Amino acid sequence: MTDWPILSVVTFLPLVGALFILVVRGDDEVAARNARWVALWTTLVTFVVSLLLLPGFDAAAPGFQFVEKSAWLGDIAAYHMGVDGISLPFVILTTFLMPFAILASWESVHKRVKEYMIAFMVLETMMIGTFTSLDLVLFYFFFEGGLIPMFLIIGIWGGPRRIYAAFKFFLYTLAGSVLMMLAIMAIYWQAGTTDVPTLLQHGFPPSMQIWLWLAFFASFAVKMPMWPVHTWLPDAHVEAPTAGSVILAGVLLKMGGYGFIRYSLPMFPEASAYFAPMVFTLSVVAVIYTSLVALVQEDIKKLIAYSSIAHMGFVTMGIFTMNEQGLQGAMFLMISHGFVSGALFLCVGVIYDRMHTREIAAYGGLVKRMPLYATFMMVFTMANIGLPGTSGFVGEFLTMLAAFERNTWVAFFAATGVILSAAYALYLYWRVIFGKLEKESLKNILDLSPREMAILTPLVIITILFGVWPAPILNMTSHAVNAVVARTDQVAGAVKTALLLSF
Amino acid sequence: MTQLLPPLGAVLPELVLAVSAIVLILIGAFRGEGAANFVTGLAIAVLAAAGILVLLGPGGDVVAFHGAFVSDPFSRFMKLLAIFGATISLVMAVDWQNREKLARFEYAVLFVISTLGMCMLVSAGDLIALYLGLELMSLSLYVVAAINRDSVRSTEAGLKYFVLGSLSSGMLLYGSSLVYGFTGSVNFNVIASVVTSPSIGLIFGLVFVLAGLCFKISAVPFHMWTPDVYEGAPTPVTTFFATAPKVAGMAIFIRVVAEAFPHIGHQWQQIVAFVSIASMVLGSFAAIGQRNIKRLLAYSSIGHMGFALVGLAAGTAEGVRGVLVYMTIYVAMTLGSFACVLTMRRQGRAVENIDDLAGLARNNPLMALMLGALMFSLAGIPPLAGFLAKYYVFVAAIQAGLYGLSVIGVLASVVGAYYYLRVVKIMYFDEPAEAFDPMPTELKAVLGLSGLFTIFYFVYPAPLIEAAGAAARSLF
Repeated sequence: MTDWPILSVVTFLPLVGALFILVVRGDDEVAARNARWVALWTTLVTFVVSLLLLPGFDAAAPGFQFVEKSAWLGDIAAYHMGVDGISLPFVILTTFLMPFAILASWESVHKRVKEYMIAFMVLETMMIGTFTSLDLVLFYFFFEGGLIPMFLIIGIWGGPRRIYAAFKFFLYTLAGSVLMMLAIMAIYWQAGTTDVPTLLQHGFPPSMQIWLWLAFFASFAVKMPMWPVHTWLPDAHVEAPTAGSVILAGVLLKMGGYGFIRYSLPMFPEASAYFAPMVFTLSVVAVIYTSLVALVQEDIKKLIAYSSIAHMGFVTMGIFTMNEQGLQGAMFLMISHGFVSGALFLCVGVIYDRMHTREIAAYGGLVKRMPLYATFMMVFTMANIGLPGTSGFVGEFLTMLAAFERNTWVAFFAATGVILSAAYALYLYWRVIFGKLEKESLKNILDLSPREMAILTPLVIITILFGVWPAPILNMTSHAVNAVVARTDQVAGAVKTALLLSF
Repeated sequence: MTQLLPPLGAVLPELVLAVSAIVLILIGAFRGEGAANFVTGLAIAVLAAAGILVLLGPGGDVVAFHGAFVSDPFSRFMKLLAIFGATISLVMAVDWQNREKLARFEYAVLFVISTLGMCMLVSAGDLIALYLGLELMSLSLYVVAAINRDSVRSTEAGLKYFVLGSLSSGMLLYGSSLVYGFTGSVNFNVIASVVTSPSIGLIFGLVFVLAGLCFKISAVPFHMWTPDVYEGAPTPVTTFFATAPKVAGMAIFIRVVAEAFPHIGHQWQQIVAFVSIASMVLGSFAAIGQRNIKRLLAYSSIGHMGFALVGLAAGTAEGVRGVLVYMTIYVAMTLGSFACVLTMRRQGRAVENIDDLAGLARNNPLMALMLGALMFSLAGIPPLAGFLAKYYVFVAAIQAGLYGLSVIGVLASVVGAYYYLRVVKIMYFDEPAEAFDPMPTELKAVLGLSGLFTIFYFVYPAPLIEAAGAAARSLF
């Protein structure tokens, strides 16, 4: 084990990069180039440092690792960091996706490059901090702090309706989160601490759990996003620049699922069991409804956004089965969706940079001019559908397996969602890639540049690799997930015993 | 043996302010109009000296003038904050009064007298001292609001403030007389020992006293003067109004309810909770339609007083600590915001529309960054200082079981976030308008310090929290 505070370094390294970019001077073109390179190197170094966590990480050890603790807000909160098998994959996912986000903006962002890169660096710190913090107040700081850079990214570098989308994104998420803040305060007075490892073992009175669970749910459900509070997501995705969409779909959406697994289930097990049927209903509605909505979209990004909501429906369903397969599946699906949806948005970005439109009707027959692009797009489309052999399959299969054990009907309806996802994804692929290349504007479109190849190739490799060999992720998460399951089971057992004793 | 002399050490800051105010008037009167800048400089020095005297003064609880004057950690904390606000707003006025050709030495003198009133108000130990301090503060403020006597807006603001202020003073006096009638004393401690259970007449008096005080902190439903006076008064005066008198008003509000009526907490907590909810909700919704940045900040300050009162509604030392932290951060944020408003000048003319900030991020990135941070902070977004301010008041409210108040409060803060975000949107998303005139150095310094404080407060929050905690405990 190492002595240096590796988690703090990973978390705050991007801020150092932001500081460097801030002091970059010079005329605009040179400054922009410097800002790009500094941002790229910062994200790469952060990724490498985050990989250093892996050798020291012992997946079988109980509790949190790389723990750092020091005084901060006096009696209210401490600076407490640490990771376990649930948070570490998200940390690596974040650091892994960031260089792609920077590379994707290399040529498409021309105005105010310095500010753009600074916003992304700050956002990265906030995202990593969300996953590494082990104190509820600290968690809230990072969780909410990420809103500021994302608001600016959508609002400054977004599409035509960017202002509406940015406001909707910000206010929706804030409205959900402030209730969680009150719940955190109530927890503080009930348990006397906001320290997560302590709280995970703390038994809250069931009547209180209901309210706390609902307050946390308000926040995570919006972030997730679950039907019916999902409407900010399509707007935000459509208007955000490509890199913004990648990060939004790849990481920000995962904060909701992470919150459910990390906080809602182990801290409020009774309430989670109580509300599970409601979550199942919402998840199934989300899967079917948003898949149907995705079928009729005219805008590629909007279609992928709706497909993200459908996938998150699988995730919430898996989480609230509260058994090992369900949680493992949800974790895997979130990680896989992180890079698959990110890759899909990058693919959209590729043709958007060339044609400056995301209308599906504006494309068709791209395979004639862009065979490489068609191949890459196919892999990610298949992964999005959940074809066996791609990473998308493992998560969906596990969550449905788990749901089948809990409730056959839930599994049945979710399975129809898989069929629908095949329908909309293939329909999209057919309309964009196949058909006749008739449009005059597409006649001269160029295939992938080396930069774009370099971005997409690692994502293809990892999609297929985790599809055929999911063990690395599953092994990493299994012990931490089992601890959560054990915690919920223990309470379920206690409830049963209490019921038996009461007779 | 009774003391022949009161413990003057504790009263020293007030004495210094009073004596220097007279000296400054004489200097001004003898040297004529040209002395304005000299007197302003001296006034700033005097205010700073008074602040230092408060800081270095004797610790613990000192009571002087037969209980009329109380110096305890609470009063010292609030005095320091009020003096700080007054000093900085006077500094911010220097450049303005030369540009607007309004350099009058009375301006600085009135600031000093008003600050003296605030210090007396914060330290008031009975209802008479309260009234004296309040009127000394308010009368100076009425005049300062109308200092630009050739401007219709300024005189209108002064007159409006005066008429409504007199009305509120009347209510306060009426309430005080009722309280005196039902308790037989004007001293807070004696009142506290007499009042053990609520009686209808006493509650009546309490309501009137609180109504008078609500007017001073511009809490709903006694807020009507705020937007008009903020808009009409010259901007440096508005800066002053938004900071120091609010601090003093809040301080005496807390002292009256906590020291004179601790045993009927349930009664005044209801009043405070109502005022708090009304202020938060009105402050958030009414600001949405505003186009003038001074009116916007007026409604914003109404909302912020509502948030601060959330802590007081809890009625505990934690709650009062929250209020003190809130007021400190509020003063810091407000000074920074007004430094930006003072900078909004084109070709020597002040502009006040929010749309005039369009594209500031490209004309003046640093100012936009600071103002943006202040706006996010006013909206209460972590990791900025404004979030911690809200955190400390709401955590006390949750402890006291005020769940309804807290839920309404945080939802109001979401609504309020909309108009703060709109300012950010105009600065960052819109196409640039014409650039502003260069910013005077002192405004740069104020904005820079305020912005940096807002951004980095979370790194080391302990000293302020501890000081506020000690101050709050001295009341309970």
